[in-house]
Amino acid sequence: MLLKVPKKSDLSENLVTPKDVYLQRRKLLKTLGFLGTGALLSSPSAQALNWFSDDEKPFKTSPLSFSKASDCTTDETLTPQDKITSHNNFYEFGTAKSDPKENAQSFNVNPWTLSVEGLVEKPLTLDYDDLSKLFTLEERIYRLRCVEAWSMVIPWIGFSLAALIKRAKPLSSAKYVAFETLYDPKQMPGQKSRFVGGGIDYPYVESLRIDEALHPLSMMAVGLYGETLPPQNGAPIRLVVPWKYGFKSIKSIVKIKLTDKQPPTTWNRLASNEYGFYANVNPDVSHPRWSQASERRITSGGLFNQNRIPTLPFNGYEEVSDLYKNMDLRRYF
Amino acid sequence: MKFRLIQQHIFYLKIIIHLSALVPLVWFFYLGFNDQLGADPVKEILHFTGISAFNLLLLSLLVSPVAKHFKQSILIKVRRLLGLYAFVYALAHFLSYILFELQLAWQLLISEIIKRPYITVGFSAFLILTLLACTSTMWAQRKLGRKWQTLHNFVYLAGVLIALHYIWSVKSDILQPAVYWGLLLFLLFFRKEKFRQLVKKYKKRLA
Repeated sequence: MLLKVPKKSDLSENLVTPKDVYLQRRKLLKTLGFLGTGALLSSPSAQALNWFSDDEKPFKTSPLSFSKASDCTTDETLTPQDKITSHNNFYEFGTAKSDPKENAQSFNVNPWTLSVEGLVEKPLTLDYDDLSKLFTLEERIYRLRCVEAWSMVIPWIGFSLAALIKRAKPLSSAKYVAFETLYDPKQMPGQKSRFVGGGIDYPYVESLRIDEALHPLSMMAVGLYGETLPPQNGAPIRLVVPWKYGFKSIKSIVKIKLTDKQPPTTWNRLASNEYGFYANVNPDVSHPRWSQASERRITSGGLFNQNRIPTLPFNGYEEVSDLYKNMDLRRYF
Repeated sequence: MKFRLIQQHIFYLKIIIHLSALVPLVWFFYLGFNDQLGADPVKEILHFTGISAFNLLLLSLLVSPVAKHFKQSILIKVRRLLGLYAFVYALAHFLSYILFELQLAWQLLISEIIKRPYITVGFSAFLILTLLACTSTMWAQRKLGRKWQTLHNFVYLAGVLIALHYIWSVKSDILQPAVYWGLLLFLLFFRKEKFRQLVKKYKKRLA
């Protein structure tokens, strides 16, 4: 007979804080934090929305079948899933990092239409099922470097952007690829109110040069950590360009258009002195308001575990440097 | 009978201020060390300490207009405490920035203070608050005499610098910093006579 003598340090199931109690504590804390010191104001847009989103059922993700890309692994520690899905810049759902998770749970991704159009021989229209069935899915572990100088390591699931573009047979006159996020103010509170959406003109648009888009590292992601994407991370399909700052990796895409002229991009349009068209990760070119020489890696652990590490050119993906031969990357930042 | 604040009320008010300033501060750091402050505890701590410092400073600026308007001059007695807690939170903000954000990269700290306007103004405001906190004792007040008031008028400049620090630090969502600007200007508006006098005095000195 096996007798199990519990060690003093062993935790039993009944010691675990129930999730709802834990969440309640966090909510109380938020209120405390802002009211306790005599809040004159707490984040108005975000808070107002929180009250309503509390009864929302969490968005349902589903498991994906995929292979592991052997050349896209890493020995770096992965950022925990709950951090990847609760720390998001997706202003369509509010400007605070926690807003997208709080406000996006009822986001509807099925039905979905993604069109590939413009300077192509064979325009395409993909529906929701096509997104995960038309191409073989693989897992790629990429570093994600935000322009705000924090970073994560994320196991994405998806396929090459090149595969999608080639399927539409691009014309030789196509020089750029423009991307567009869904515009649906009914579902996206940030598009309905300028105050919630951070004063951005929607829909959010992004763009790559055609050779950047066709680079094997450029990826269309439909999942992370083995499951379909939650809305806060850009469900049902998003771009991932790991050598560029995170804002280039546009979320919840409905349109991809090949063009011969350089298309506008959202952050560049908002502040062209701060955010360039290229937005390649570059430790030598500071943001006008903060240094880009190093970054804080978001992993598990408390205040002392958020390590500051040096930022690498092209976020460590040196193989893309050929795309920018003879270009002054200080000028084209 | 008309309501009048008495010493005992002030005593209780001070206890409330102590508790509502200290408890959240300790609680937040406790959660931060235990990874219970969301995905990025560093950002969370920086925002919390920064915003709270600003809240407390604005509250301290609210004291004298309220005391005057409601004719409760004894209320002035809580002003120093609020100001000191504004400094405590600003100190926690600054230390968190050095310890958790920059992780003791001193060279980076110095270059950021010099090169980044929003850090420059934030740091200047912190220096002012430090100076004011150090000279907040009765002893310093007696020692400095008339200069004390001149020195402590710099709290208005600190307020403006903090509001700048805040609005320059955000990417595009300027709504909340803009509301704080409104609150600050509202509180400064009560001092317009004082500012007029100061400008007059300064002009006289120049002439």
